[in-house]
Parts: sequence; structure tokens; C-alpha cells
Amino acid sequence: MIEIKDVRKSFSTLEVLKGINLTVNKGEVVTIIGGSGSGKSTLLTCINGLEPINAGQITIDGTVVHAKDTDLNKLRRKVGIVFQQWNAFPHLTVLENVMLAPRKVLGLSKEKAEEIAVKQLTHVGLREKLTVYPSRMSGGQQQRMAIARALAMSPEYMLFDEVTSALDPMLVGEVLDTLKMLAEEGMTMICVTHEMAFARDVSDRVAFFHQGVMAEIGTPDQLFGAPQHPDTQAFLASVR
Amino acid sequence: MLNYTFHWNQAFKALPQMLDGALVTLQIALLSMVIGLALALTLTAFRLSGNRILSGFATTWVEIARNTPALFQIYMAHFGLGNFGIHLSPYTALLVGIAFNNAGYLAENFRGALKAIPDTQTRAGRSLGMTPVQAFRLIVLPQMLRIAFLPVTNQMVWAILMTSLGVTVGMNTDLAGITQELNARSFRTFEFFALAAVIYYIIAKLVTLAARLLAARMFRY
Repeated sequence: MIEIKDVRKSFSTLEVLKGINLTVNKGEVVTIIGGSGSGKSTLLTCINGLEPINAGQITIDGTVVHAKDTDLNKLRRKVGIVFQQWNAFPHLTVLENVMLAPRKVLGLSKEKAEEIAVKQLTHVGLREKLTVYPSRMSGGQQQRMAIARALAMSPEYMLFDEVTSALDPMLVGEVLDTLKMLAEEGMTMICVTHEMAFARDVSDRVAFFHQGVMAEIGTPDQLFGAPQHPDTQAFLASVR
Repeated sequence: MLNYTFHWNQAFKALPQMLDGALVTLQIALLSMVIGLALALTLTAFRLSGNRILSGFATTWVEIARNTPALFQIYMAHFGLGNFGIHLSPYTALLVGIAFNNAGYLAENFRGALKAIPDTQTRAGRSLGMTPVQAFRLIVLPQMLRIAFLPVTNQMVWAILMTSLGVTVGMNTDLAGITQELNARSFRTFEFFALAAVIYYIIAKLVTLAARLLAARMFRY
């Protein structure tokens, strides 16, 4: 369970998160929608401790993320994240990209790491690309590789930060299908996205962020069907 | 008109001697590169450390190495340190001078190469649970070495050519030193120096070729 309590975060004088409260249960899929600069991506990077917070508390299965004695490297094995820019490691083949962390971070044998990597890459439809370097693949394929790379750590939670925003419209579908598949398998996920149809389809709950505040949260039917907050209504009207 | 008769035979007779010198030249250049690379990595680490004393030290080193003549750097290693009671042989002084110069240029190359690697690469590594050291070693360093490879090769060629400055501190076993002595004995300046130049050229070309082959093997992406 991920518990976010009164989290505040500023970049110098700009407050981007103004007291966020959100609890995500095991097996739940929560998507976060909202305009640019609403703080949605920042929240994700705070959850796995890549960014410090100014106030409040985030706990993952009882571990306080920003406590001084928390081993973030250990915590991050449990919480995978995939970014808008997929950040393939260009000097490694697809297989090596996915094997690297299981070998070096989890200390698995080469054989075991390879087995896991092949399994995950097959899962995201890249079985044929094992020996290829990332530069030879499309953005969609690289993004699916990044997802496999995160999954190879056997995380209990996955965070997706606008994973389709930097992709050609033609390639968005294949990545969203991969996310849907994960959701159906019961992965606990927080997805920041601009894909409204996707949010409606896979989410248990949808949260709308506006200017650093979570203005509204509810089931897809509630939020898309009968939005209560005027900002939500305005946002949804503008994206439709 | 041309008032000089070429005596190439004399030069060719001395070829074995000159090739022995060429080996010494190559040895100094290689050693100076190994030491230079180690120092450059250290200087780069100093500059990234965030410690003002360490990064100030590294920056000063790089500034001096890159903005003063290599000849003076070798002079300082031989005569300059001599004034403080540290007496280095011509061989050691030459090696120290060139290694100092290499370290400065290579550290600057490394800095440029590091800048070319986006921070998001480190971030991706960290988000997979890697420690900062792991992320640097497994993700940043290999990419940095590829970007810096060509400039490093250039510096190696430059190091070979710089060894010829050793004659100014009494170095007489490398290619330039031996050529200088042969010249002093025979006054066949053109022949000896032309032959030496050809040898330098061939060494430099071979090093570049070897580097290219090595790069093709190492960097397949």
C-alpha cells in the first residue's frame, strides 16, 4: 500500500505540490490526469524518492520513503518507474539493458538474469529483438523495453510517467496495450497520462490534478461521467 | 643553387639505432598515456566532487596544462624541480612532463564527454535500485569512454610527438635524441631528420589505425 499524506514539494519558490493526500491499495490502478505543471509527474518522482519532499510523508508498505535511515536503493527494487523519455542504455543490447539491474542490483547469476529478461521481453513482445541495440528500434519498442527493464526487478508497484507522451501517435497503442495487460494481471500501478480513453478503460480510480492540488478523485464513471469540480469540468471539456 | 649532396646511405645505416630509439619513444608515450588517463579520471572525479579545494586543484591543473607550452612543462619537471632538490633523470622528467600535459587535456575531454550524457541516464539507473557508484560505473562511464575515445587517440598521437621535446632536457635514447646525436656527429641534418620524421609519421599512423580497430571491436552500438 502506498500512502501519501499532506505532501508538499517546492522547486525554490515555486510550490508544485500543495498538500497531496492519496492512498493506493495493492492491486489497484490509479491514473492521474491534469494539465502541464499540475504536479502529477513530480509526485511520481517523490514516491520512489528520486525527489525529496518539503513536508508531509509518503509510506510504502510501512516504510517511510523520505526518512533518513530508509535504504532507497532497496526500496526502489519494489517500486518500478518508467519515464516519458524511456532512457534506454544505448551501449547495451536490449537483452543486456534488461539483465543489468537484476544482475548488479539483485546479484542474480547471469543465467537467472537472462531467463528473467527473456521472459519479460517476450511478455512485452520483444522476443525477436534481444541482440539488437536500442538505437535500432522505434520509440514504442524502446519504451516497451523500458517497461520490461523495470518489470525484470519484480516490482510490487509500478509508476508510469506519461509513457506515451513522447511517442508517435502510431506507436502509442502498442505501449498502452502493454500497460493494459499489466493492469489486467493485477499489478499495482499509478499512471500519469494524457490518454483519457486509456484512463477510463483501465483505472479503478482517476485523480485530477490542478495547480499542485488533487482537485478530484473518483471512479472513471464518476470523474468522466459526472465531474464535480469546476476545474475538472473545464479540463475535460478542453480535452474532448 | 642546391649546394648539398645527399648521403642517404649514412642515414639508412643508422636505421637500426633509430628504430631502437623509436621503441623508447613509444614506451614513454604509452606510459605517459596510462599515467595521464589515471590522473585525468582522478581530476574528473575531483571536479565532480563538489569539494571546492579538490575541484579548485583539478581546475588549476587543467588550466596550466592546457595553456602553457608543453616544453615549459617538461623543463619544469627537469630543471624546475631540480631547484627544489628533486632531481629527475631526463627520461623521468620527460615522462612526468608529458603525463602532466596528458592529464590536463584528457580531463577536459572527459568533462566534455560527461556533459554529453543526459542526467536522465543516471536517473534511470538509480530508479532501478543502483547506487550512485553503480550508475556511474555501469551506465555513465562506458558511454563517456566511447565519446572520449577519439580525443584520447588524438592525445596519444600528440604524446608521441611531444616526446621529441625531451632533447631539450638531455634525453638521448629516444628517437629525437638519437637523431640529434647522429646529426651532431655527421651534420647530415636533412637525411637524419627526414628519416626520423618518416618513422614518427609511421608510428602515429599505426597508433591511429590500432585505435580505430579497437573502437570497432569495443563500440558496436
